[in-house]
Amino acid sequence: MRYFARKFGFFVATLWAVVTLNFLIPRLQPGDPAEIMVKKLAGKDAQLDPAQVRAMRAMLGAPDGSLVQQYGTYLGELVRGNFGLSYSYYPFKVTEVIGQAFWWTVILVTVTQALSFVVGVVLGAYAAWRRNSRFDSVVTLGSTFLGTLQPFWIALLLLYVFGYSLGWFPTSGGYEESTPGLNFPFVQEAVSHSFLPALALLIVTPIGWILGMRNTMIMNLGEDYIRLAKAKGLPDRVVALKYAARNALLPSVTGFALALGGVLGGAILVEQAFDYPGLGRLMGEAVENKDYPLLQTLMLLTTVGVLVANLVADLLYGVLDPRARRAQS
Amino acid sequence: MTTTPAKDFMAEGDSAQALTLEQVSDAGRPDRWWEVVWSSRKARVGVVIVSVYVIVAVFAPLVAPHDPLDSTFTPLAGASGDNWLGTTTDGRDIASQLIYGSRISLLVGLFGGLLATIISLVIGMVSGYAEGTIVDDILSFVTNVALVIPALPLIITLVAYSEVRGVWLIVFVIAITSWAGGARAKRAQIITLRNRDFVTAAKFSGESTTRIIFREIMPNMSSLVAAAFVGAATGAIGAEAGLAVLGLGDSQSVSWGTMLYQANAQGAITQGLWLWVFVPGLVLAILITGMSFINFGVDLLSNPHLREDA
Repeated sequence: MRYFARKFGFFVATLWAVVTLNFLIPRLQPGDPAEIMVKKLAGKDAQLDPAQVRAMRAMLGAPDGSLVQQYGTYLGELVRGNFGLSYSYYPFKVTEVIGQAFWWTVILVTVTQALSFVVGVVLGAYAAWRRNSRFDSVVTLGSTFLGTLQPFWIALLLLYVFGYSLGWFPTSGGYEESTPGLNFPFVQEAVSHSFLPALALLIVTPIGWILGMRNTMIMNLGEDYIRLAKAKGLPDRVVALKYAARNALLPSVTGFALALGGVLGGAILVEQAFDYPGLGRLMGEAVENKDYPLLQTLMLLTTVGVLVANLVADLLYGVLDPRARRAQS
Repeated sequence: MTTTPAKDFMAEGDSAQALTLEQVSDAGRPDRWWEVVWSSRKARVGVVIVSVYVIVAVFAPLVAPHDPLDSTFTPLAGASGDNWLGTTTDGRDIASQLIYGSRISLLVGLFGGLLATIISLVIGMVSGYAEGTIVDDILSFVTNVALVIPALPLIITLVAYSEVRGVWLIVFVIAITSWAGGARAKRAQIITLRNRDFVTAAKFSGESTTRIIFREIMPNMSSLVAAAFVGAATGAIGAEAGLAVLGLGDSQSVSWGTMLYQANAQGAITQGLWLWVFVPGLVLAILITGMSFINFGVDLLSNPHLREDA
């Protein structure tokens, strides 16, 4: 129980740190960020709803009031889910703009993350089992080499070859003419538009799993219980899967959430190349248009997403491995 | 006649002594660190690759045929004797941009890696040495927080706020967002080292804590630190490329990331200018490969078991 309490405590503390960081970043810059932004909004010749302006000021830091007061207002607005208005998509709320893009990225990242976990763990385990074989060296050297490639570059090459030269896949966007929703033409279009971005991510993301799984598996294969299992005359398949691989999987579970941060970074770059309508492209747009409310909310959202995934992985690890629960308590 | 056995004995003793001395001195002299690194074929290849990049970067004005920002060439020209890799849509020489681009990557790699290593070293060592105290609790918490926060969104946000995006800002932002993994590894390492006899001896002889940490313990971690530096430098080079690709690169100079950004923004792919897209990513990949090869050699320093079949 203490294990879970400690993990949850860390989650809450980290969440607070991130929220505070998000509050401090605009205030690290010279000048009054709120003043600059309010000026920008006023320049957009739109009628400003005073309530909305007030909400935005709270989010960005009202020019009047001390830092502590600003922090209080900021936390209050955050709890109420008020993240202000987007500049580039004015007069839409940041949350509405993000809502449009949210599922594109979540589905892309979840599917590729799950696939690369399976692919990586299977390849890594098999490479360790057949250590020093040709398969092993191809997998190890191959992943070392692929690990040096930039996701954005891979995306551009895929786009060039499969998008333009061969014309097998659409080259940008998320869908064509169908109405978004759960209807067949839309799903079909979304899948064909997501194929290349997912492939670009799948080239890079399994590498960590492959090498990590291979290392833990090799370590486990040197343990006495493996020798005993072999001495008992158990078939190779049982020793490899039920004894070695099963135990080697555990560290990969905690790695799963940590790797999510890296995958997210890759997704931001890949979405950029494919003009994929997800959070990454939105982030690029926010940077380009200096849409700070949007940018900051995206930063907060992606970070909190990774934190939650971490918490889930930690809790799961505690359930799977009794040693983790007992250690350090 | 009576002296003979003694003489024999002496002679025998001499040669035996000489032999032992020789064996001792042979076993006692550790290989120099560069000998160990150089003994790995991969590391040799890596050193050669990185050296070539460094030479090209240092002598870029001599190597490059043109000014990278000179836009007076025929736009969209193919590869020719004058423009080795063709020109961009706004008439700049791609080969020269590529050559000058190596400067940014190496600069960011060197200083970003250095700064990240220093931060991780100080935090990791202090926290590891103070294990179990409140200082360690605070530093470990900060490290763990920094570790779970996804780096790229944070880097993007930090850089997006600044009006002037020079290369030093990029170095700084990359360093302060990428030290956490290294700090954790160094903390673990120092915890295993701090209970060794030589540290206890240093404590009893009244050495100060700072001296024990940085003069007694740190030299024993130098190979780990070297490996961490190469890793951090590689990460910094990749992060710079990622930032530049989003249009957040140094606006005053050309880097491989900004080349890819412009290639994408100006539709190099639709116009069939594949060299423009292909080459910057390729040279980046080769550089990163060279650096990870060097790390194979550095690993031999910290883990002698790996040395035999090198």
